[in-house]
Amino acid sequence: MLRPRIIPCLLIHNKGLVKTVQFKEPKYVGDPINAVKIFNEKEVDELIVVDIDATAKRIEPDYHLIEKMAIECRMPFCYGGGIKTVEQAKRIFGLGVEKIAISSIAVENPSLITKIAEKVGNQSVVVVMDVKKKGLFNKYEIFINNGLKNTGIDPIAFAVKAQKLGAGEIVINNIDNDGLMKGFDETLIKKIREVTNIPLTVMGGAGNLDDVGSIIRQHGIIGVSAGSLFVFKGKFRAVLINYPTLEEKEMLLEKYF
Amino acid sequence: MITIIDYGLGNIRAFVNVYDRLNIKTKVAKNIKDLEGVNKIILPGVGHFDYAMQSLENSGMKERINDLVLNEKTPVIGICVGMQMMSNRSDEGKLSGLGWIDGEVKLFDESKINYKTKLPHMGWNDIEPVKDNKLLDGLNTNSRFYFLHSYYFRCNDKSNIIAETIYGEKFASAVYKDNIYGIQFHPEKSHSAGIRLLKNFAEL
Repeated sequence: MLRPRIIPCLLIHNKGLVKTVQFKEPKYVGDPINAVKIFNEKEVDELIVVDIDATAKRIEPDYHLIEKMAIECRMPFCYGGGIKTVEQAKRIFGLGVEKIAISSIAVENPSLITKIAEKVGNQSVVVVMDVKKKGLFNKYEIFINNGLKNTGIDPIAFAVKAQKLGAGEIVINNIDNDGLMKGFDETLIKKIREVTNIPLTVMGGAGNLDDVGSIIRQHGIIGVSAGSLFVFKGKFRAVLINYPTLEEKEMLLEKYF
Repeated sequence: MITIIDYGLGNIRAFVNVYDRLNIKTKVAKNIKDLEGVNKIILPGVGHFDYAMQSLENSGMKERINDLVLNEKTPVIGICVGMQMMSNRSDEGKLSGLGWIDGEVKLFDESKINYKTKLPHMGWNDIEPVKDNKLLDGLNTNSRFYFLHSYYFRCNDKSNIIAETIYGEKFASAVYKDNIYGIQFHPEKSHSAGIRLLKNFAEL
């Protein structure tokens, strides 16, 4: 039986791991390589790592760090942050990364989705949409540059476009819910799931495993990603890397899948 | 020592990393000279069937590998598209396969898949061993592997199947004939179960 994927998402800032709230207030939560080692032990389904400096400062990806993480990773590894060219994507691929995530550049220059897909294969190109509700009518809009710049682009229409251009997977990252641990924006997820049929992963808001389960109940095969949930423990948000055990995961799927 | 064929496709580094951790020596073969003294071969692969076949051809290693596998009976394992290349042909392309195991590569029947995402078959699925085989030592129906593919290997001789997996329909996720093995999933990215399988291959 194929299972939905439950995916920790790690953010890199100043070479350390951080967790944000609504894309702000990065809090240091540990060393990236150490985190990968722990997630290996916990046998996580996949790992997403986003370098938020590379995106915001528009600098080169930290190839050395990516390589060190890829060497450790015993599960599929998706890297995002700072990728602007096909050459960069190919170089990162050569370091042992399975999936390349592009966000700001995919929105600014959508043809790059096709160009990267042609070189590394569609299945390896992940388009991340950072989404926020705006204005009087709470319209969903895509933000770029780490949530700093509003593009006014409708994520539902853009998801369709990204799929058409050859994206292998779409990630919806909800800025409003990021770090709040109060559950996912299920409306947005539903809207995007309706109009796309490539693999979809959602993040932003998971506070407990039932939030994860709720998405799985509605969508079955889907990727559910979380940051805070897998790096904090308890109401005082003590840093503790965690992930459901195989048994806990089976119980979760039994209840919701 | 394990020789990993590097013809430009597949995550070569991931295999090297797994074997490094197991203290098993590996060698990456990029051209025919690197194939001297080979005693075990991994044929990785991702992407399009024809592109993979053409890339192997272009590497200049194809004929020698054929000889090593078919005449010298060197143990070989094909992974993902590397497995599919061992067939006679694929619905995905026009080029002939290596023809090492009698079968053809077919596209999954989407009408049998009930999810919004029909293809690719991507994520963690289990395998059901249907035959005793040293490659699957210590693995069972609870062993999970990471899959990523839209085509599958259909054996003409069912006795070549050593494990099956269900995605809409039952398909061969591991095949075997003499010294030749093929697996559809990615052991290099499948945690302890994958490491066990790669260790089993090294110990054959």
